Amino acid sequence: MEQSVCVISTRAPYHGQAAREALDVVLVSASYDLNTSLLLMGDGVYQLLNNQAPEQLPRKNLTSMLKALPMYGVETIYVDAESLEERGISEEQLLPVFTLLEEGALAPFIAQYDKVLNF
Amino acid sequence: MHTMKYALAIYGAPASSQAGQSALQFAKAVITRGHSIQRLFFYQDGVHNASTLASPPQDEQHLCQEWQTFIKEHQLDSVVCIAAALRRGIIDAGEAERYERPAHNLPDVHQLSGLGQLVDAGLEADRMVTFGA
Repeated sequence: MEQSVCVISTRAPYHGQAAREALDVVLVSASYDLNTSLLLMGDGVYQLLNNQAPEQLPRKNLTSMLKALPMYGVETIYVDAESLEERGISEEQLLPVFTLLEEGALAPFIAQYDKVLNF
Repeated sequence: MHTMKYALAIYGAPASSQAGQSALQFAKAVITRGHSIQRLFFYQDGVHNASTLASPPQDEQHLCQEWQTFIKEHQLDSVVCIAAALRRGIIDAGEAERYERPAHNLPDVHQLSGLGQLVDAGLEADRMVTFGA
């Protein structure tokens, strides 16, 4: 039976390599034909901000990897609504490639996966 | 007794995180209680737990050395993520030659391999425990 994997990414996009390395796990898991989801929580929601310009850091723009996820069969990116609210981020500021998880929806969402990998 | 297969994922470096120390103590407890360790997977800054060049003062704990001894004693499957390791200067003799680096620091108790080994450990083990996320 095909197993499902949820990768939870909780770090800001250019806080060390954490976000990039969590995304690598998503890509590898999805390429193993596992039903794989990415959930952004905490500072992880900053990864989805539109108009990132990390070139001067200099870092590669992570959003190109996020946009490529559908090619790996990861059709949407799940975002914790409460994390957005805590940080004063509106949905309009994000790349339109996400599904919002409202308060109360988070625990049942995570519980439906066979494996959860936390970053 | 019902025994379980554990996989441990270690994401923190010895000098900046308690992750490696906690993981080692947990791993010892797993074996003491008669369970087994399916795999150790060192990822992110956790790859620094594998260096043979770390040289802490003699009256302090030497975590990298303790991992080596523990892994050898119990013949554990220990994987260090190759991409994370190379980025941070953790490198075995083969990769040092390939990238023309002047030294190498990965002992042969650890294998450099890909993230597939982390995903695989998550699926194969009864429990996967993450340290330092």
